[in-house]
Amino acid sequence: MSDTSESTDDAGEDEGGDADAPVVDAEEVRHVAELARVRLADDEVETFAAQFGDILDYFAALDEVPETEREEELVNVMRPDEVESGLTQAEALSNAEETEDGYFVGPKVS
Amino acid sequence: MAADYNAFITEATIKGDAEGPLAGTTVAVKDNISTEGVRTTCGSEMLADYVPPYSATVVDRLTDAGATVVGKANMDEFGMGTTTETSAFGPTRNPADPERVPGGSSGGSAAAVAAGEADLALGSDTGGSVRCPAAFCGVVGIKPTYGLVSRYGLVAYANSLEQIGPIAGTVEEAAAALDVIAGPDPNDGTTRDLADVEGADPDASYAAAADGDVDGLTVGIPTELFEGADERVVETVEAAIADLEARGAETTEISLPSVEHAVQAYYVIAMAEASSNLARFDGVRYGNRADSDGNWNESFAETREEGFGAEVKRRILLGTYALSAGYHDKYYEKAQDARAWVRRDFEDAFADVDVIASPTMPVLPFELGESLDDPLRMYLADANTTPVNLANLPAISVPAGEADGLPVGLQLVGPKFGEETVIRAASAVEDAS
Repeated sequence: MSDTSESTDDAGEDEGGDADAPVVDAEEVRHVAELARVRLADDEVETFAAQFGDILDYFAALDEVPETEREEELVNVMRPDEVESGLTQAEALSNAEETEDGYFVGPKVS
Repeated sequence: MAADYNAFITEATIKGDAEGPLAGTTVAVKDNISTEGVRTTCGSEMLADYVPPYSATVVDRLTDAGATVVGKANMDEFGMGTTTETSAFGPTRNPADPERVPGGSSGGSAAAVAAGEADLALGSDTGGSVRCPAAFCGVVGIKPTYGLVSRYGLVAYANSLEQIGPIAGTVEEAAAALDVIAGPDPNDGTTRDLADVEGADPDASYAAAADGDVDGLTVGIPTELFEGADERVVETVEAAIADLEARGAETTEISLPSVEHAVQAYYVIAMAEASSNLARFDGVRYGNRADSDGNWNESFAETREEGFGAEVKRRILLGTYALSAGYHDKYYEKAQDARAWVRRDFEDAFADVDVIASPTMPVLPFELGESLDDPLRMYLADANTTPVNLANLPAISVPAGEADGLPVGLQLVGPKFGEETVIRAASAVEDAS
């Protein structure tokens, strides 16, 4: 737990231009939130900007990780293509906020 | 109920078969594991009214074995937390000390067992979420090898890391539950048939492995997982390891240099997978939808603003950031390198030792509210549990004793599909205490 102090100090004291510490500003948080389709309140943007600075500063230590050969033991898992029973249409629609004639109804496109 | 620890989000009964190895036992099921006809909220406002039309494979296996589900256990929202305080349904209290957190994210599961509200519980462990609450509540929790237990019906947070695992009052009871839920499932292509795994025993009985026989067992002690841990935790864990030695186990110091980067790698990978997985919550097919006049994108953004709590938003955003152009190589690629390095470190270690022992959690249970405003502090508490998920290995947390009246967990990690070995070693710790 003690190794938090280093990262917290960096990001907390120097919002401006420490080249080593990734500083995240409100604009960047808003941009990522838009990419992720999550609306944020203004105070949430401010809080996240400060917290992301600390967290990304801590993640930056991944720079020290050597390039490592990755031996993935992955194989394809195949099965015969046979028809099985699945959910009924009514079951599949049962949790939707809005449906019409057996379809999901989404928000307007534009 | 004598005291309300808020262990359950929904109390509901799903009756088990009259006969079977678990006949007559009660089980609490973490609320991110689907139960047909019983709402499954993931601890989130987003899914407050979601009622799955099917049950997870593990739930069917438990009820077929005679266990009766008594409720859906409280949890950190979508499994994202180490304290069960990020639940939209309020925090769970630790039965060992109601002013403290039960750990997380499967805090309701562990608290239900510790308080005697269920004989068994299911949790899910993405970075320690079964072992942490087991340690904090003074019960036993098993994180199985990746691929041993089906994830069909588990609402995904970070697929490449998570496994469903049992929590119980004793090692043997947890192992008996694992016997029931383990095994290949055609609905989860990542499950393995032990008959196809070299060196694994397809007829293994995990419950029978809880025989306390550690004579000749070699226990590796990784210095990295003791450094920085609370002194009181270290003392308690060392005393439990001394008990193992007294029963014939040999200990040897080992080094796992890669684990210094495990928490960073774990969070980058878990957040990246979460940002993709949780994109499904758009308010159209299931989940709550915001009352919005906006277009498709605006409606989604408002739905997700309303439905998700702060920690979930934080992880979706950081995951999106870590995968975005310009940062992908810096964070995600390096995290995958770290994951491969951790895996190799463990493989090298298991050439010389049978199990690896450490504190499960480097700290004693937090007081309620203590870590909620400091996410990084909460993440760092996962230092000893996350390496196991990165390496896809089996691990168990078993009570090692108490420090200042609070439970301390000992973590035992085994080689891939070496569940019997960690169960055997844990049962010896239990016998000694």
